[in-house]
Amino acid sequence: MERIPILKMGDYLLVSIQIDMHDKLAMDLKNDLAEKISKTSAKGVLIDISALEVVDSFIGRMLGSMSEISKVLGAETVIVGMQPAVAITLVELGLSLKGIHTALNVEKGIKLLDELVKLQ
Amino acid sequence: MPDKHIKTVLEIIKKNKNDILNVWKNNLWKKLEYQRDLLSDNEIEKYAEDFLNLFNAAIKSEDYDFMSSEEWDALKDTVTQLIHRWSSQGFTIRETGSFVTTFKDALYNKIKENIEKNPDVILSVFSILDRLFTDLAIFSVEAHVQSRDEIISRQQKEILELSTPVITLWKGILAIPLIGTLDSERTQMVMEALLQKIVETGSDMAIIDITGVPAVDTEVAQHIIKTINAARLMGADCIISGIRPQIAQTMVALGVSFDVTTKATLADAFSVALKRVGFQITNENHE
Repeated sequence: MERIPILKMGDYLLVSIQIDMHDKLAMDLKNDLAEKISKTSAKGVLIDISALEVVDSFIGRMLGSMSEISKVLGAETVIVGMQPAVAITLVELGLSLKGIHTALNVEKGIKLLDELVKLQ
Repeated sequence: MPDKHIKTVLEIIKKNKNDILNVWKNNLWKKLEYQRDLLSDNEIEKYAEDFLNLFNAAIKSEDYDFMSSEEWDALKDTVTQLIHRWSSQGFTIRETGSFVTTFKDALYNKIKENIEKNPDVILSVFSILDRLFTDLAIFSVEAHVQSRDEIISRQQKEILELSTPVITLWKGILAIPLIGTLDSERTQMVMEALLQKIVETGSDMAIIDITGVPAVDTEVAQHIIKTINAARLMGADCIISGIRPQIAQTMVALGVSFDVTTKATLADAFSVALKRVGFQITNENHE
């Protein structure tokens, strides 16, 4: 069964979504991420969605709840690399994902995570 | 349906062609007095003669169904061409329409002079001609409106294209000056242009300047908020600048708020943006 890998990089977890997300995959990722954070006591999570061309309201909500779950477990989340078309779709769907952190690319995302972790 | 009396009309036109043309042109010039600078004798002459010849040919075909018969297509083309030309020069509907109506008057007078003594012929001839000229008049109004519509939609497109420039103010700082009222179509274009530029330049900050937006009501605010949210999802922060005092007052009265930093002028917003990106402005003269 396919799963999205979660890579550990120092204090951070790196999730790079390279295939089109279907609902089951998103649910699995949510569970895996929660497990992994508590196991590694990671301080930050970086989710790269630059390869995602299509995001529906379910995936949008899932991204939001992943971010909230991480926060509860003590890790900051930054979502990076959202495509313009995806951003417009989410806004039109009324999902502006208030309260989650975003960055343009992985590099900027790591920088933002550094700052957020420092504030903790 | 063919009509035996219509032959008389053809004969009258043939015999009095120059006469009709002259009366027609004179009356037309009177109607187009205000457009004298834009017109030449040659132009009127050419169109009038073309029109009369085509009219003659179409009548000869004995098919009087102006709207759907192919016999009238050539005439329609000429009229359309003329009216497009005139309406794009700013002629009114009355003026463009007078091309057909003055011809009708000239022709009717000639017919009356010639067959006054024969009421039966007059009746049957005029019943056909009347229908034709009504259709022709409607057609010329339609052509005029159509050419105006084309101009309007072309200009609308041009405005849309002109009104969404995204400017790079500094490394990592974009500015997007909004001009005119925001509707959903324009918001879509602004959003796409801004997000595309954010990706291209890797910018962290975008200043949305609304100096050129005449009024901010809840709908316009909603569109601006959408743009801000979309930029935020891409990882760029927005600052809004150019909020005029009256607009600030209406916004407060309507309970509209943007949830981002807002500044009165683009200069203020730019200095905030520079600070956030990590630049500092100093004045070397210490003034």
